[in-house]
Amino acid sequence: MSLLEMLGYYNYCVFAIVLSVGMYGVIRKTNLIKKLIGLSIFQSAVFLMYITMDKVEGGTAPIIQAGVEDQIFSNPLPQVLILTAIVVGVSTLALGLALVVRLNELYGTIEEDEILDAD
Amino acid sequence: MELNDQLPALQVVVPLLVAPLVVLLQPRGLAWAAATAAAATSLLIAITLTGTVLSQGSVSYEMGGWSPPYGIALSVDAFSALVLLVVTGAATAALLAGRNSIDQQIEPQRQPLFYAAWLLALAGLVGIVIAADAFNIFVFMEISSLASYVLIAGGPDRRALPAVFKYLIMGTMGATFYLIGVGLIYMMTGTLNLADMADRIGEVADLKPVLVAAGFITIGLCLKAAVFPLHVWLPNAYTHAPHMITVFLAACATKVALYVLIRFEFYVFQPNMETHQVRFSLILMSMAVLAIVVASAVAMFEGHIKRLLASSSVAQIGYIALGASCITAAGVSAGVVHMFNHALAKGGLFLAIACLATRCADLRLSELRGVAKRMPWTTAALVVCGLSLIGVPGTAGFISKWMLITAVLGQGTWGWLLVAVIVVSSLMAVVYVWRIVESLYFGAPVETNTGRQEAPLQLLAITWLVALLNVGFGLFPQLPVTLAEQAAVLLMGSAA
Repeated sequence: MSLLEMLGYYNYCVFAIVLSVGMYGVIRKTNLIKKLIGLSIFQSAVFLMYITMDKVEGGTAPIIQAGVEDQIFSNPLPQVLILTAIVVGVSTLALGLALVVRLNELYGTIEEDEILDAD
Repeated sequence: MELNDQLPALQVVVPLLVAPLVVLLQPRGLAWAAATAAAATSLLIAITLTGTVLSQGSVSYEMGGWSPPYGIALSVDAFSALVLLVVTGAATAALLAGRNSIDQQIEPQRQPLFYAAWLLALAGLVGIVIAADAFNIFVFMEISSLASYVLIAGGPDRRALPAVFKYLIMGTMGATFYLIGVGLIYMMTGTLNLADMADRIGEVADLKPVLVAAGFITIGLCLKAAVFPLHVWLPNAYTHAPHMITVFLAACATKVALYVLIRFEFYVFQPNMETHQVRFSLILMSMAVLAIVVASAVAMFEGHIKRLLASSSVAQIGYIALGASCITAAGVSAGVVHMFNHALAKGGLFLAIACLATRCADLRLSELRGVAKRMPWTTAALVVCGLSLIGVPGTAGFISKWMLITAVLGQGTWGWLLVAVIVVSSLMAVVYVWRIVESLYFGAPVETNTGRQEAPLQLLAITWLVALLNVGFGLFPQLPVTLAEQAAVLLMGSAA
């Protein structure tokens, strides 16, 4: 694959990079809040992938306008799907943060290694 | 429009709608009764659906009358019927039995929310099984996961929180991997309906994105199913969860993820992708063998009774995966029957442990010595389910182990090695079940008070019911075996 072709897949490259950054955060960080931030970045990468694949060149939102013929529409289905996935992501993050609050109340710290040492 | 036609939808809708109602039921006991009634209704629906599947074949349901692939479809075949029975049965048994245990562990004012989360978890698990659409499976998977994080963290044990946090991170990673895989397949085929996907994926099967999708979906679901070595979230989560939640989740949560994995692999990928069978079989089989050997060995040295059985669960997941990795009708049906039988054995064991926990605060083996004198009925039920876990003839566990050994023998020269693995791990199971029996029956009692102190009758009765079912399905295994064989024909039929 030539460099030019790679550049054509610009969005997918960003997807891969953001995905790896998020995963690095989840695995490497010991602070629980930072882990959750990593998880959020990880999920956002997937949103980008879905949004990228529905884009049709020159396409707009699928709304029929009077007097406009031959309008090209982007595929709305992946957008709807990812709307659901965003809701799921937000609830997961909220639950994760609630857990961190409880952990902080019970253990007095949000560092993973200190919590593991405490028991 | 008859009620019978609406059963597939009601299967999900009943627990989903009762969940918010339960929150409003503040007086104690009422929330429990409503949740139990909803779970029992789901169980009845599952039984009726199984009857329909056995007599008339698969049932499919179009949501809102929109026909697939544009509308959302639900479907019930022999495989999903069996898993539905496991899920709804486990929820009903745990709720029916669990009132005293839950009263002991959850404060009264939090109980309605606790039961609501339980029903949401049930609705999610049932939804995964019944959905015929890859994206709906993802949504239901997250509903059930989010609810089960809440359930596991709900108990009084503070060590549950770090365990749940780990589960949340790994579970979300698994679900996101699955989502990436589904996205890539949608990109290549333009469909989310599983049947439609199986039709269309053949044309693009040799393209890289489909291969990547297969990898993401397999790993994502293996994370959710706690297939070794992706199981690290499981032992702590099961050990520190409220006892009744351990009963419910150990019996069905990981099995539902395995169900999706098997369905995807056999229904979508294998018929259409060359050499996928070999790759899938090689990876899953090696993970399964490692799970069986390593997790059984770990269980032999665990000192906490719940953690011991949680490790054994990882090994049992290995058996199911081993069956599926044979890629033969015999192997798949063995794996599917083991899903059912392991749910019975492990559900019964954790119920018995919940009985123990009503009288003993500390569940380490060293603290449980001599409990048999105080709680003879509980320990007897524990032994019966333990025998089923080992696979002693006359119990349910024997049926699936026997089917598994027959299946792996058909694998040629490697077969004997796999038989050796199964036999050795069964011996390991003898060792770890014996360690429990030894400390319960033959250890010098820790407490001097040796008067009878049985668990509450309701809890004990359900425990014995499950223990007797272990024997019953060991002597008369027709129902799970028939369903599993039909499931194998369906799955392998599309693979052939």
